Amino acid sequence: MIIIDHLSYKYKDVVEKDEYALRDINLKIEDGEFVGLIGHTGSGKSTLMQHLNGLVKATEGTIYYNGEDIYESDFDMRALRGKVGLVFQYPEYQLFESTIFKDISFGPKNLGLPQLEVDLRSYQAMRDVGLSEELIDVSPFSLSGGQKRRVAIAGVLAMEPEVLILDEPTAGLDPRGREEILHLIRKLHKEKKCTIILVSHSMEDMADYVQRLVVMHEGRIVLDGNKRDVFAHEEELCMLGLAVPQVTTLTNQLRKKGYTFTKDILTVAEAKEELLRILDKSV
Amino acid sequence: MNYMIRAKNLVYEYIRRDKEDNVVDITTAINKVNIDVEQGQFIAVLGHNGSGKSTFAKHINGLLIPMEGSLWVDGKNTNDMKKLWEIRQSAGMVFQNPDNQFVANVVEEDVGFGPENLGVKTSKIWKRVEESLSAVEMLPFRKKSPNKLSGGQKQRVAIAGVMAMRPKCIILDEPTAMLDPGGRKEVMDTIRKLNKEEGMTVILITHYMDEVVYADKIFVMDHGSVVMEGIPKEIFAQVDELKNYHLNVPQVTELAYELRKEGIPMPKAVLTVEEFMEAFEKM
Repeated sequence: MIIIDHLSYKYKDVVEKDEYALRDINLKIEDGEFVGLIGHTGSGKSTLMQHLNGLVKATEGTIYYNGEDIYESDFDMRALRGKVGLVFQYPEYQLFESTIFKDISFGPKNLGLPQLEVDLRSYQAMRDVGLSEELIDVSPFSLSGGQKRRVAIAGVLAMEPEVLILDEPTAGLDPRGREEILHLIRKLHKEKKCTIILVSHSMEDMADYVQRLVVMHEGRIVLDGNKRDVFAHEEELCMLGLAVPQVTTLTNQLRKKGYTFTKDILTVAEAKEELLRILDKSV
Repeated sequence: MNYMIRAKNLVYEYIRRDKEDNVVDITTAINKVNIDVEQGQFIAVLGHNGSGKSTFAKHINGLLIPMEGSLWVDGKNTNDMKKLWEIRQSAGMVFQNPDNQFVANVVEEDVGFGPENLGVKTSKIWKRVEESLSAVEMLPFRKKSPNKLSGGQKQRVAIAGVMAMRPKCIILDEPTAMLDPGGRKEVMDTIRKLNKEEGMTVILITHYMDEVVYADKIFVMDHGSVVMEGIPKEIFAQVDELKNYHLNVPQVTELAYELRKEGIPMPKAVLTVEEFMEAFEKM
């Protein structure tokens, strides 16, 4: 379990007094949750995620990882980086080794594991993300964008993290590449039972995949709850430069015209079912 | 007919060679592409990654020269090296990543860079900078550093930079792929305004279907060829075919299509929430 307790963060080199990147963040994430994090560019999402594995240290407040204060002097920060895996934005730019296998092994190797363990984990990670074994000695730079991202995710998985954070893992991919990566994340959540925190600009993806949705604005958490409850705040989200799925907008407008829906609609399938019911009744 | 762009049987291959200069791999990026664009049109080129759409875009301002076939920009053949300078003045390009396109530390200087390079007189440069920045509604930010802007604002400045060179057409290669929903809307509104109010010929390369509903004409590319072409209504009516090409149709289009399959007489191509509402209320 992760507890973020009154956490604030201020950039050191900023002169202006009130330039906080994060302000009084309080958040509790249980083991095995699938959390979505949204907010416009610059709202503090990435900065917050970098706190979770100790890359950035809070100015005020603290984080408890499984009950331990990560800023205590005897806390093993290196172990935390293995347990909380962070896949950055555009991770393909961070591939650097000559072969895919070497790239994936880099993380577990740095954890100081014996070579055999490193190799086993790297093979497993390759299988988990669906990269065929024939690719072991291939240069990561010869792969497609979606494939490169799989390599980057495998590199984090090979550390066998308990929490997997993905910062806009589908940015810049086409619909097919996007779907592949999101399916993969869903599979990892189910099979590996790891906690997933997914940062994305796509409201449709959020509606399809996550359970809980956290919304950030100007360094604060402004909404947090079940995705359906959060997407019920259409006006508020639009004012924050965000959006709701298009079918949610549609059904909200139909509701204003007097149609009744049994719940808040998030997907095409849900909308179809409800509209068929409405039409049936009116015949 | 006054064609801004004429592509006739365009072919381009990426050829990979080994150290001894032997050909090891040939990928046909575009294969006998014919695309005509009239002056003042808003054209969209859709396709997934690797479909050839960006390769086509790079031909329009002479970044790539066709291996077979020809391409004319405002009547000038891009095969004619002597005309390349003129062609690049006629066709300005905006790319995906808003952070890779800045050359100056102040917004107005960045916008002035293009016309300065063209040898425009200083007094005239400032006039052009002002006009371009107000066209994209970024004039109040003229003295700011580009680093301080949001993604959507950065892309609008990049568009202003192209506008300041007074091109006859502007090519945008996935300009919103890295933006949040608010930023995407800003950029799309700007592009539509330039086309409608300034009469700029626009060629938008994208894989977001919802961005092309206002286009005059859509070309869908797959494996280097144009596989569909027509007005949005014609293209969006073919939901199954679009999915075959790994394109995602807007949720309302899909919903209307799904309802039709159930025997509900929805129109064949619904493009927007408003159109859906109108059709549904008539039921």
